[in-house]
Amino acid sequence: MSDTIQSGPVLAADGTPLKRSLQRALRRQKMRALLLIAPLLAFILITFILPIGDMLFRSVENEIVSETIPETVDRLADWNPDVSALPDENVFNAFYVDMFLAQEKKEHTRLGTRLNYELTGVSSLFRKTGRRVTRFDTDIYAKQFIALDPAWKDPQTWSALFDVSSNRRALPFTTRSWDRWGNYLRGEGKNPGEEDIEDFLFSALHEDLTRLESTDGVDPLIAAATQAVGGFETVSVRDQFLDIDKDWGRQDVWRIIQVYSPPFTTGYFLNSVDLQLGVDGIKTRSEDQRIYIVLFGRTMFMSLMITFSCLLLGYPVAFLLSNLPLRTSNMLMILVLLPFWTSLLVRTSAWKVLLQQQGVINDVLVWLRIVDDANRLILINNQTGTIIAMTHILLPFMILPLYSVMKTIPPSYVRAAKSLGATDWTAFWRVYFPQSVPGIGAGAILVFILSIGYYITPELVGGTTGVFISNRIAYHISSSLNWGLAAALGSILLILVLALYWVYDKIVGIDNVKLG
Amino acid sequence: MTDPKHMVRFENVQKSYDGETLVVKNLNLDIAQGEFLTMLGPSGSGKTTCLMMLAGFEPATHGEIFLNDRPINNVPPHKRGIGMVFQNYALFPHMTVAENLAFPLQVRGMDKDEQKKRVERALSMVELPQFGNRRPAQLSGGQQQRVAVARALVFDPELVLMDEPLGALDKQLREQMQYEIKHIHENLGVTVVYVTHDQTEALTMSDRVAVFNDGIIQQLSPPDVLYETPQNSFVAQFIGENNKLDGQVVEVTDGLCTVKLDDGTVLKADMVNVGGVGERTTISLRPERVELDPAVDMENMVDGTIEESIYLGDHIRVRMNVAGNTGFIAKVRNRGDRRHLVPGDSAKVGWAASDCKALDPVT
Ligand SMILES: Nc1ncnc2c1ncn2[C@@H]1O[C@H](COP(=O)(O)OP(=O)(O)O)[C@@H](O)[C@H]1O
Ligand SMILES: [Mg+2]
Repeated sequence: MSDTIQSGPVLAADGTPLKRSLQRALRRQKMRALLLIAPLLAFILITFILPIGDMLFRSVENEIVSETIPETVDRLADWNPDVSALPDENVFNAFYVDMFLAQEKKEHTRLGTRLNYELTGVSSLFRKTGRRVTRFDTDIYAKQFIALDPAWKDPQTWSALFDVSSNRRALPFTTRSWDRWGNYLRGEGKNPGEEDIEDFLFSALHEDLTRLESTDGVDPLIAAATQAVGGFETVSVRDQFLDIDKDWGRQDVWRIIQVYSPPFTTGYFLNSVDLQLGVDGIKTRSEDQRIYIVLFGRTMFMSLMITFSCLLLGYPVAFLLSNLPLRTSNMLMILVLLPFWTSLLVRTSAWKVLLQQQGVINDVLVWLRIVDDANRLILINNQTGTIIAMTHILLPFMILPLYSVMKTIPPSYVRAAKSLGATDWTAFWRVYFPQSVPGIGAGAILVFILSIGYYITPELVGGTTGVFISNRIAYHISSSLNWGLAAALGSILLILVLALYWVYDKIVGIDNVKLG
Repeated sequence: MTDPKHMVRFENVQKSYDGETLVVKNLNLDIAQGEFLTMLGPSGSGKTTCLMMLAGFEPATHGEIFLNDRPINNVPPHKRGIGMVFQNYALFPHMTVAENLAFPLQVRGMDKDEQKKRVERALSMVELPQFGNRRPAQLSGGQQQRVAVARALVFDPELVLMDEPLGALDKQLREQMQYEIKHIHENLGVTVVYVTHDQTEALTMSDRVAVFNDGIIQQLSPPDVLYETPQNSFVAQFIGENNKLDGQVVEVTDGLCTVKLDDGTVLKADMVNVGGVGERTTISLRPERVELDPAVDMENMVDGTIEESIYLGDHIRVRMNVAGNTGFIAKVRNRGDRRHLVPGDSAKVGWAASDCKALDPVT
């Protein structure tokens, strides 16, 4: 009875459960495999996945507003435009501090540009305000405080005051402003204890003091100022802003700041589908601004056209190649691959020469009297040009997978079909073609995905009607610098491709894709 | 007109793929209706090429092929109505078994009910009635083989070609399938042209066997004739086991010749394929016709030495040194009273003159 039936796990010779021994034996193999791919994994992670993740993150990220004007964002949250037409003095006080610091750090123009995407004119408003915010007539506070006690003039006094926590608690707004100011100065290599106290700090101090209820435990200097501040002459910061530009009295400007305060926004995505998150909710953009849906549609349509024409031209070639003796087919394969040896730019430029109205193709057609000299075909700077050039460029990507799949279809299938009574066409259509579908799938996916994101060729031969969404993305990346929108457009493109991939999987089955 | 009626006729058919060498050299072959004809030969001898020419996939370079006395050189394959079983079966992988079987019926425009009936009948003929909905990949090799046979027969062709159909099966399955194919052939009365390189298969199944070598039919005979009276050394060696003894003809007397072997031994042999006196010849002798220490004298008696003996149950295989030939094999029937065949012992071997054939010399 050597093979007694045992219940429980099977044991290895040394008594450990077999499963665990096996795992231990396999662990080293797994570690080896991991080590082998580790360099590539790290490379891809660092140079590809992380940047792309970051890019996609930008499509919803909106921290620029709350980072540049934090106090304003904070106070604006309580503003209800239905109750008061404009935010109250508090908000303008905060905005004064924020703007002053922003223009020192030269961040106000960036914020202006950001908000200008949502409301035109804001950009210049911010630039203008940045120039003038240092010259507000708020020195009246400084004068009065210094008159009360000259110590207020000394930055050392401020430094000392805001080192004490009870003072900091009593004057929260001034404390935050002082800290931000100090941080900025230190970043510039300066010492806050030596720089002149700016007017905005006195303005903040004034606001805090008028609100301060108890002077228990605070510095006598502050306590004295608290007593005196009730009798101070005041100035309206709001009026100062309105003085610079009456647009600061426009409700929609403040509404747009309020709407775009949160750190995340759907604004870029809405923009990508021709919608706008404005002061009164989501609505479609005006006619002349609706470009992206059309562009997405055109990108899809043209990619489909390109895929289809690649298939039409590539299938017979692949069929021929796979049925020729190996030596001949290898020779011809070199011709198929020849385009890969020439620069993409050269090939595209060659198409420019061929396709233009005074180009080779038109000349030949005119010479053959197929078209009239006066009506030369417009083959470039439109969709036709893009489709022709891109079909040529992407053709090898269709032929190669088709060829490698067709190569594996034994000729005996077609022979069997014919011996069973099928005509050449029936044998092809019912027997050969279904077996080449995996190649069609692989080639079509490859060409479609490549063309949907193509950039250079449409840019060069597409004119205005033949450009793709990717050209628009490139424009936003490098020219308009609206990276958020570029990211949102890119994300939508990615989602579209994934969705198509999913549909393809449902219909054809991704297992049916073979690249070789 | 001719009797029995000829189904297929090759007339002076030649085939070259590259324009330099002839793969099939001047083939003349008649295949009778209902016959089971096997093309047997080593790999590369042109068997498949002949089959492909018959099926219409390769054009003959020269000569004419007739099907039912009609020249078919210009008839495309799908109009020839010839069923074919391929070596790798060529079952369409994207169709179920039933769809595969229905394919030839569909392309002939048969109506659906009739198709279904025929498919079912064909499936039960090969004893796979439950397998209609499976894909070929879900079948074992033997089952795929049966489906391939059923598909080649489902549209009732008069002629079926099979190109090494059992080559991919293991030995036991191959033997079983040999019988099944043979039975189907007998039951349906179709003409079968069968290609194989396995001589046992050829001998078991065929009415006639055409032995191919080098693009030429070496011999075309029923299996027993092929084995008993090979026409030349190639056939003798290719079919069954065979002792070769080289020598020179010294005398010829009515059908028998006297041959002097290279070591001086003189033998009498059946004169089959040899010139005349003075010619070199190779004598072919089946191991089972050799008697070890015969009780009575035989026409040929030679002294030999036992080199090795292998016990094989029903018989004992003895390798001997006979007439300077150390590879001489004798099969000794196991009668129970066997002597000890000890290596090194000397023994007499003897055989009848009619059992050894003087054939063309093997150089
Ligand atoms: N399609 C072909 N092109 C060129 N030569 C071929 C082709 N098919 C077969 N041959 C050659 O013809 C000879 C006979 O081949 P084949 O008829 O397949 O032999 P068998 O079936 O007896 O093994 C071989 O030498 C083979 O190399
Ligand atoms: Mg063959």
